[in-house]
Amino acid sequence: MKRWWMLFAVALLPLQALALSGEEAMKKSQAAFLYPGKDFKTRVMMKLINKDGQERVRELTMLRKNAGEPGGDQKYFMYFFQPADVKDMSFMIYKYPAKDDDRWLFIPAINMVKRIAAQDKRSSFVGSDFTYEDVSGRDIEDDNHVIEREEKVGNRDCYVVKSTPKGTDADFGHKFTWVDKANFLPLKEEQYDKRGNRYKLFSADEVANIKGFPTPVKRTMKNLQTGHRTEVTYVKTDYDLGIEDSLFSERYLRQPPRKWVD
Amino acid sequence: MLLRSAAFCFIAMLAPLAARAELALSGFVQQNTAFNTVAANPDGRRYKWMEERAQIKLDATGGAWRALAKGDLAYDHLGRGNESELREGYVDYAAGNWDMRVGRQVITWGLGDLVFVNDVFPKDHEALFAGRPMEYLKRGVDALKLGAYPAFGSFELVVSPGFRESRIPDAQRFRLYDPMPALTNRETLKPNQGDVGLRAYRDVAGYDAALYLYRGFQRTPSMRPDSRTAPTKITFFYPELSVYGASLSGRAGEGVVSLEAAYYDSRQDRAGSDFAVPNSQTRLLAGYQIQPVEDFSLGFQYYAELMHDYAAYLAAQPAGFPIDKRWNHTLTLRATQMLMHQTLRLSLYASYNTSNGDHFINPELRYSFTDRVWGAIGANFFGDKPWGQFGQLSRDDNMYLQVRYEF
Repeated sequence: MKRWWMLFAVALLPLQALALSGEEAMKKSQAAFLYPGKDFKTRVMMKLINKDGQERVRELTMLRKNAGEPGGDQKYFMYFFQPADVKDMSFMIYKYPAKDDDRWLFIPAINMVKRIAAQDKRSSFVGSDFTYEDVSGRDIEDDNHVIEREEKVGNRDCYVVKSTPKGTDADFGHKFTWVDKANFLPLKEEQYDKRGNRYKLFSADEVANIKGFPTPVKRTMKNLQTGHRTEVTYVKTDYDLGIEDSLFSERYLRQPPRKWVD
Repeated sequence: MLLRSAAFCFIAMLAPLAARAELALSGFVQQNTAFNTVAANPDGRRYKWMEERAQIKLDATGGAWRALAKGDLAYDHLGRGNESELREGYVDYAAGNWDMRVGRQVITWGLGDLVFVNDVFPKDHEALFAGRPMEYLKRGVDALKLGAYPAFGSFELVVSPGFRESRIPDAQRFRLYDPMPALTNRETLKPNQGDVGLRAYRDVAGYDAALYLYRGFQRTPSMRPDSRTAPTKITFFYPELSVYGASLSGRAGEGVVSLEAAYYDSRQDRAGSDFAVPNSQTRLLAGYQIQPVEDFSLGFQYYAELMHDYAAYLAAQPAGFPIDKRWNHTLTLRATQMLMHQTLRLSLYASYNTSNGDHFINPELRYSFTDRVWGAIGANFFGDKPWGQFGQLSRDDNMYLQVRYEF
């Protein structure tokens, strides 16, 4: 274990010496947040809470497999447990960094697999305050990134990176991300709408170390304009399980194997 | 009786598995009512549908085995009484690169949205027109399904020992076109053999490609009078049919494109000269779906049917029977808007046949009151010629309500 830490420290040295650009910080942040391990499995418990405190629950298993290096292609598989009217539904995404995703949905009510259009990046993920981009990432090249300052979140030293979309397709006007200087996880994110008003607030509320990968196992996205928020808890999270590539297929979309979705 | 014996078989099959299986129980209770907005039914009632229904779903998994039973207890207030049925009941076995499913199961092929090119499996058209929830559009088949997944493609073979027909609207509740209404001596002959289908599919350059083969029967009946000049009896039967088809879907521009084609080989009348048997056909479908803004999606379809032996058809059609065109073109639109964190869904489906004016419109509003309770209100509007698929139902317009509690 100690040796790993040494390696880690050595690997970090040149980076500390050179000034890090905003883009590099966000690349590392994406690698730490969305790419750790060769593959990943978690049970996602989502609470959608409105401003009056009323709750709705979304529960699913999420599996991810990387095709190669961080920043490269990924495959996602999701299987829904709750609410009852989407139970047994499954959903698959082939994610490509430079072009639109491919998405398939299995609708158990009529036993049909449907490809669905996916170009709208702002779309809410299952009705929550998270967009698809918040869940599976936004292309680094879509924004300009500048390190504005350094600041602490709790007791963690962070870079504060300002990201401004190059195009007009984003859900936000600009955003600030507090990137942990040690492990590069985004600990906080403030999104502003296109008029410059505070819009959404993300926080990584609890970070656990799982198989050596620091993982935000509790996170919240709050819409500051509507008061609606979504709290996410990861349970049974694990990495490097040897998920086969064949899982991400129509066969298993129709009949998800228990061992992967439980 | 069928339900009981099926349930018994299911339990018997379940027994070896039960010892180490994980068991999950779920289901719902539901109320479903549809009332007429234009005229009464042929039977004088003003409702198309009025029933309470409870579904129990048992799902057992143990290793490579899985068993599922979905049974409905239902009571119809419009004269049918007990409508309980086994919706699905099957056992799955999954190995490394093959699997199988035995029992009653719902199978859906092809890409169409309420347009069926390669989906040769039985449907419940009455359910669609009477405002029932979407899952009741499909009827299960009692079949063995074998899946094989070698590296070069995936294969699905479906073998049914017995034929199961589509359910067409009940003539007591819907105004179906009947060229010989005075003739009441009628019988229905069902095929006494089963059918078989094969689907092969794989990825081709980022597109989902599939081939379909089917050998069986038409799912909706044809009618034959015992005499063309002085008929005394009508026999309904299901003509022999083979279907050879293909489909392709994938991304195109900002949306998803779907293409589908099939040749309907009417084996019982290849010359096309028997007026009682549908002519051989080609069916074509092109669809496009996009999501222009958040939580709003649009789907367009163009669907065409081409009759193959049109001259023979014209020559064979009895005097006084409606004449179909050689080409039939249909356009459909589906628009769906999700609101309030996707708990409220507004949707519209519209179908218009440009060849004969036949149309069908289905607006719907669905709201999830809680994670367990949802309700929907919608309407079915039909129109045009009295012998068209939808035109014959033009006085059957209805509005419907669905409320469901899920557990």
